[in-house]
Amino acid sequence: MNLTLKIYRQDGPNSKGRMETYPVTDISEHMSFLEMLDVLNEQLVNDGKEPVAFDHDCREGICGMCSLYINGEAHGPDRGVTTCQLHMRKFKDGDTIHIEPWRAAAFPIIKDLVVDRSAMDRIMNAGGFVSVNTSGNTQDANAIPIPKVDADKAFDAATCIGCGACVATCKNSSAMLFVGAKVSQLALLPQGQVERTDRVLNMVAQMDEEGFGNCTNTGACEVECPKGISLENIARLNSEFLIASLKAEKK
Amino acid sequence: MSILDSKIPEGPIKEKWTNHKNNINVVNPANKRHIDVIVVGTGLAGGAAAASLAEMGYNVKAFCFQDSPRRAHSIAAQGGINAAKNYQNDGDSTYRLFYDTVKGGDYRAREANVYRLAEVSANIIDQCVAQGVPFARDYGGLLDNRSFGGVLVSRTFYAKGQTGQQLLLGAYSAMSRQIGKGKIEMLNRHEMLDLVLVDGKARGIIARNLITGEIERHSAHAVVLGTGGYGNVFFLSTNAMGSNVTAAWKAHKKGAYFANPCFTQIHPTCIPRSGDYQSKLTLMSESLRNDGRIWVPKKKEDVIAIREGRLRAVDLKEEDRDYYLERRYPAFGNLVPRDVASRAAKERCDAGFGVNETGEAVYLDFAAAIMRYGTEKATVDGIHNASETMIRELGEKVIEAKYGNLFQMYEKITDDDPYKTPMMIYPAVHYTMGGIWVDYNLMTTIPGCYAAGEANFSDHGANRLGASALMQGLADGYFVLPYTIGDYLANEIRTGKISTDLPEFIEAERAVKDRISTLLENKGSKTVDHFHKRLGKIMWDNVGMARNEEGLKKAIAEIKALREEFWKDVFVPGKANGLNPELEKAGRVADFIELGELMALDALSRSESCGGHFRDESRTDEGEALRDDENFAFVSAWEWTGDPSKAALHKEALEFNDIELKQRSYK
Amino acid sequence: MSLTGLFLITFLTLHLAINLLTLVDKDLFNEASHFMATNIGIQAMQYVLALGFIMHIGLGIVLTLQNKKARPEKYAFNKPSANSQLSSRSMIYTGLLVLVFLVLHLKDYFVELKFGDMNGFNNDYDLVVALFGMWQYTVIYVLAFIALGIHLNHGFQSAFQSLGANHSRYTPTIKKLSAIYCVVVAVGFSAIAIVHFVNS
Repeated sequence: MNLTLKIYRQDGPNSKGRMETYPVTDISEHMSFLEMLDVLNEQLVNDGKEPVAFDHDCREGICGMCSLYINGEAHGPDRGVTTCQLHMRKFKDGDTIHIEPWRAAAFPIIKDLVVDRSAMDRIMNAGGFVSVNTSGNTQDANAIPIPKVDADKAFDAATCIGCGACVATCKNSSAMLFVGAKVSQLALLPQGQVERTDRVLNMVAQMDEEGFGNCTNTGACEVECPKGISLENIARLNSEFLIASLKAEKK
Repeated sequence: MSILDSKIPEGPIKEKWTNHKNNINVVNPANKRHIDVIVVGTGLAGGAAAASLAEMGYNVKAFCFQDSPRRAHSIAAQGGINAAKNYQNDGDSTYRLFYDTVKGGDYRAREANVYRLAEVSANIIDQCVAQGVPFARDYGGLLDNRSFGGVLVSRTFYAKGQTGQQLLLGAYSAMSRQIGKGKIEMLNRHEMLDLVLVDGKARGIIARNLITGEIERHSAHAVVLGTGGYGNVFFLSTNAMGSNVTAAWKAHKKGAYFANPCFTQIHPTCIPRSGDYQSKLTLMSESLRNDGRIWVPKKKEDVIAIREGRLRAVDLKEEDRDYYLERRYPAFGNLVPRDVASRAAKERCDAGFGVNETGEAVYLDFAAAIMRYGTEKATVDGIHNASETMIRELGEKVIEAKYGNLFQMYEKITDDDPYKTPMMIYPAVHYTMGGIWVDYNLMTTIPGCYAAGEANFSDHGANRLGASALMQGLADGYFVLPYTIGDYLANEIRTGKISTDLPEFIEAERAVKDRISTLLENKGSKTVDHFHKRLGKIMWDNVGMARNEEGLKKAIAEIKALREEFWKDVFVPGKANGLNPELEKAGRVADFIELGELMALDALSRSESCGGHFRDESRTDEGEALRDDENFAFVSAWEWTGDPSKAALHKEALEFNDIELKQRSYK
Repeated sequence: MSLTGLFLITFLTLHLAINLLTLVDKDLFNEASHFMATNIGIQAMQYVLALGFIMHIGLGIVLTLQNKKARPEKYAFNKPSANSQLSSRSMIYTGLLVLVFLVLHLKDYFVELKFGDMNGFNNDYDLVVALFGMWQYTVIYVLAFIALGIHLNHGFQSAFQSLGANHSRYTPTIKKLSAIYCVVVAVGFSAIAIVHFVNS
């Protein structure tokens, strides 16, 4: 099929951006979206032009590196997939496809479609862990049985790949789904109990400092999340935060 | 030929690691804060090492080329992680895991290393659970296990089909804690472009800031490489697009020997290729072979009918199907090791029984498992005389709970519903057992330079068993390297801060900058991917699943020519000072081309078949791999001499004292 | 937002209940209205209610400004309809519409009843009936009630989520209640206006 691509280009972090139009031809419906961009880039390089920069790595939907706002949706029109798993069979011959980077104050643009998501790492550094040294001298793994329902919920929350689609798609650029997923995972497991209060307070404080917006429960994040992280995790973040705020000792 | 000192401790195998830990030098806690360690790569090995070293008190600088340490390719591992916990009470033990791993590796791994790996495996599970890794659990709340290829026990711990992700996020969280404390300085979007040696010791690296393009000098008292494998030399592999050999290759060119480069794992269950535009191949976890049965049609006419779309796989009668793994290997059936399963698939497809248009695919069928689980579930739920449809629905739910994300991934890529029709799979390059040569302490032949995880060669011999890569990465990173590195660093407490203004740093930086300008100013006519694809084709055709003398010689000549053409005719657009993905790729492909030549040379020199390395000239009457223990029971460690095809071979003899050398059999 | 919102929802429920009395019986309504205007407890609550309104409005505006700041550059092409309901995305707009209405409403009734001369009417009921006699009034009120209904459609169930209450067993019920409630409020208030207009 033949397509028209409208792609956001920006030369560097401080340059002004613009939308550019590129036609691509002979695109197979079996291609992934990024393979289609590979074809465009190969074409651009062959024409002596600079290819479009975009983030990607594993190309199997798990590393969370790929992004892209495609036709007004994070990771494009398909559900439960990242951009690298989006296939061209979701488009029709003659379509015009708009491709933009994630937009958020907390995600400054580096170049073209590449943004800086280190704000998410900094939230994790503020408390997204259990403080246990890696000595291996902990108790036996089966010493504390964990109800399957809790273990499964913790796992579902833990499948977050940190791609930032929730932020990109939220009209408020809120990172609550991302933070809620990590807070939930550790709040549901016995190993996370010791630091439960501090963790949520510290992570939320860092989240606010990074300039993410507030959650207004539109639910867009849950719909666009490639891993289907549930809004239940945001509710849990809210209750964890409320309780922790009431419980925390004065500093 | 020099003698490689593997520094294996004396004493019985069961006591080696304990004795070693008791006898090596240790750095006192107050001195650790005066010692800097660079860790390159943040996957399971690098991430775990960085976190552990920082916890111990060293100043760690960690590097990764991705935008966050959480994205390293360990994250894509699906099936599970082995540990000799014996939770299933099926007679598992440290010795059994050790034995399975050495045998699975076709007796080309170092006994002492493998035993240590098996020994610490149980601690990994304890550690990860303590970190909050949500492993799968049964209804009693205890950890669940599954089976993987090449073993007769259930020792694989898992988190659905995302075990690697959960373990990596565990290591990442341990790193996050240290980054938050300032003990790890994390340098994202940085690529190591050279290793700096001062007085023969590894003293730092030259790295490129991928955003600004700046070339930076970083010094340390030791450098740890946890940079993964080099499967992308084949262009198409299950590796991430960015996975590369550059860091390891630069270390090799600075004096680290490269061991067994030709030992490549071709994974039997990947989604077959669909076209020339394809950028990578996607793995379907080995865990699927727990429940999936592999088959092709018995009759050629059925194959043709299927290819032409006249016949559906589900409609083919049971007696017309050839479950060739169950037929050839009754004892292990669908759970034979990866190399055996891959070769068997290739054999059937070469014989003309491949079931897709390209003739390179076999079926992985879950119909039987769905019905079996459905019946079980109906019984548990107390549903008597359940209809077939109901049983199938119940069974599909059980399968979904076990492999849901894998099935979804398959459906998204192929547009086929694997619950209703069998998956199509074909072998693809997945893992490299070869890597930088290391001694028992994981130190390379360069003092102060260490290699951990897939980047080193040590534990898997000629074939890795499923769910052992995660085990090795974390074992090296959490439990081995943090101790053994102390033995070396204990002598560095008086060294003091290492200046990056030393002439060695200046010279290395100049060389890196020169190479970048050469690439950018070349103004050739072909793209980097053009060369990468051609390299991949040469490698797959001649250094792939089956190799022979003629093909390997041809490959060496072709790769040499390709290398010359690359430097003459490659075109790299853009500038050096800024984000330039084409430039990054160009540097990596240049290194892959050199490595490809060495792999072919290594494969040529090892004229036996073992594990993933199959030489057509060396096979049993039944077509199985035939080892030659008399002549090849050694590790090939190659020394860089300036030209990959003239690399110098050093041999480390492999001694087997605790396991009897036997022809591997899974029948 | 959620706490003040839920508080305002209880107020609204009471308000609707009393207003519906105008459709039942003139005296009953006047009595209830009189009670509301003279009871000490209710009088005290008026200040709390005012505070609730001010906080709800103030917080809403602050939140919106913060959220706008979180995305300074808009998407050139956006398709929010693919993943969220319009009601959830337009809270500030429906809220501001209701605020405008509120000012008008306070002027017409609250100020008149409390401080004014009731435009010459003898009782509360007659005032209500007279105002809805004008079609412009009725239209404005009905439009405002629709905006209020849309606002509540999201606000009611969203308040529970914000307070951390999300449970596979109860949340579906809360969402259903929310949908019913917003219709009841919008239809209930509108009905009062329309009935009085038609009867006038």
